[in-house]
Amino acid sequence: MQTIDMAQTPLRELNSQLQAQARTTNQTSWTIENPKGAHAIAVGLDAPIEVTVKGSTGYYCAGMNKQATVKVTGSAGPGVAENMMSGTVIIEGDASQYAGATGQGGLLVIKGNASSRCGISMKGIDIVVFGNIGHMSAFMAQSGNLVVLGDAGEALGDSLYEARLFVRGSVKSLGADCIEKEMRPEHLEILRDLLARSGADAKPEEFKRYGSARKLYNFHVDHAGEY
Amino acid sequence: MEKTPNTVPRNSWTFSPEINSEIRRAAATGIYDIRGGGAKRRVPHFDDLLFLGASISRYPLEGYREKCDTSVVLGTRFAKKPIELKIPVTIAGMSFGALSGPAKEALGRGATMAGTSTTTGDGGMTNEERGHSQTLVYQYLPSRYGMNPDDLRRADAIEIVVGQGAKPGGGGMLLGQKITQRVANMRNLPVGIDQRSACRHPDWTGPDDLEIKILELREITGWEKPIYVKVGGARPYYDTALAVKAGADVVVLDGMQGGTAATQDVFIEHVGQPTLACIRPAVKALQDLGMHRKVQLIVSGGIRTGADVAKALALGADAVAIGTAALVALGENDPKWGAEYAALGTTADAYDDWHEGRDPAGITTQDAELMKRLDPVEAGRRLRNYLAVLTLECQTIARACGKSHVHNLEPEDLCALTIEAAAMAGVPLAGTSWIPGQTGF
Repeated sequence: MQTIDMAQTPLRELNSQLQAQARTTNQTSWTIENPKGAHAIAVGLDAPIEVTVKGSTGYYCAGMNKQATVKVTGSAGPGVAENMMSGTVIIEGDASQYAGATGQGGLLVIKGNASSRCGISMKGIDIVVFGNIGHMSAFMAQSGNLVVLGDAGEALGDSLYEARLFVRGSVKSLGADCIEKEMRPEHLEILRDLLARSGADAKPEEFKRYGSARKLYNFHVDHAGEY
Repeated sequence: MEKTPNTVPRNSWTFSPEINSEIRRAAATGIYDIRGGGAKRRVPHFDDLLFLGASISRYPLEGYREKCDTSVVLGTRFAKKPIELKIPVTIAGMSFGALSGPAKEALGRGATMAGTSTTTGDGGMTNEERGHSQTLVYQYLPSRYGMNPDDLRRADAIEIVVGQGAKPGGGGMLLGQKITQRVANMRNLPVGIDQRSACRHPDWTGPDDLEIKILELREITGWEKPIYVKVGGARPYYDTALAVKAGADVVVLDGMQGGTAATQDVFIEHVGQPTLACIRPAVKALQDLGMHRKVQLIVSGGIRTGADVAKALALGADAVAIGTAALVALGENDPKWGAEYAALGTTADAYDDWHEGRDPAGITTQDAELMKRLDPVEAGRRLRNYLAVLTLECQTIARACGKSHVHNLEPEDLCALTIEAAAMAGVPLAGTSWIPGQTGF
């Protein structure tokens, strides 16, 4: 196992080492110590390595991740796993705003709560939050799945495209063009898979599904008040 | 009895036929007018400035004999690999989606032949564009359509778009007619929807966040790529200062004449400042921070001639960017399509319904038949020629002012024809030493 101590190693050197790992590397296990809320830790990775960050991170931890598994033992600052392409990011604590923003693939697991705008503009990423999510989550979400075991804040799924939202608890309010939808067998299957892969203790049948009413896809003057 | 003479019918200035036609259009449809392009209203512009030329106290350089350099280096502040261009004219960001694939290819070809850069847009990078562009700037936009780390790394520079001159504070718009299967796939959207992309970035707000975002992008790309920050002409002094504070290598400043693929006409005509009014405040911000020429300034919005290029440089820009003019060079709004423009209810040179995807010139379209009308090789050659003329014209003026490099042009070389232009450009009104707001008459 490789250990990098951020008390000794500059961010640039840390990321350079992680980014330099080949897809066939046998150095697959990395531990980062003393992150102390630093920004842009483990960004732009592109190899099937496992990185454990012991502590809490600042902005954009694991940004644009491909292939790698990044685990944060503390909490994560804004924009964790932003624009992730593939791989897995696991936050043991809470996540700040914009978790998984514009993510295009991979799995983001937040074992605590996520703040506002979780999954904003998501484009294919799967996000599982064990706790609650804040307001305006999944705003303009295009595709992928957002699973929330707790409650959702105001304006969930505002101006949603084709992303699927699953919430077990309450939803304070739905955003423009977001509606509750029928939970069909294929959705239960998606949920079952995501809950299993993220290690969440919940049953698919306990969730409700939300999605786009698709009324705002093409502008019509009669809907002007919705915008 | 003699008939009383009739007066000539008199249109109202306030309720002109143009205004009345818009009222009727609005009443019939219930939706604001959407169009492409930039501000069409007359605003103070480079036309309102003149170069003084050489005289007894300033001697000129010999045309064709004495060298007048036009090279420009962008991104020298932090990037390991700054961009080196042969000419100070770049191609502004325009998306695949708004433009056809052949049009984007033509822009890449023309720019490459001329030794300058071209720029992606709100829709990601296509292989054709990368392949035909020697130097390609990759835009990082609020929508993040098609954004991925691989394209970031194969770009030559990254341009974080905060705003654009046609619509500072507005997001992208691409109506359903142009969301074909390929465009939809690149943007991860359903085919045929009216796409409205976000007006602000999803994962940062304000200059402190921007600094961290720039750090992340540098870390992902190994600190190799110059990072530009593009702003619309809203608050040029503060926007420039904040972009520098956030760590930008290059500031791109786009005035209200800068074009867009599609936006509300009311937005284009009523939000943002003219290009001329933006340059001096931006340059002053750089000078106040001791960063002029260290953080480079690219100015865009209404650049048409080599004189415009020279004037922008004289006011303190390091380079300019062209969008609309480049499209015209490719063949946009060409009178040879006059009958087809008439069929669309418009004329050549006035056609601006770029969002509808029915462009007779085959440029602002995704229609498979229309886009065949543009030969990317021939159109690229026209763009190369046009860029060469812009450069030659700029050199001609610079030599006349005695400059061995176009960057040596300075405000002292200029005077203004109007009080407004004198105040905005910070140069004396012609025939006086008066700079409104700075010196007494």
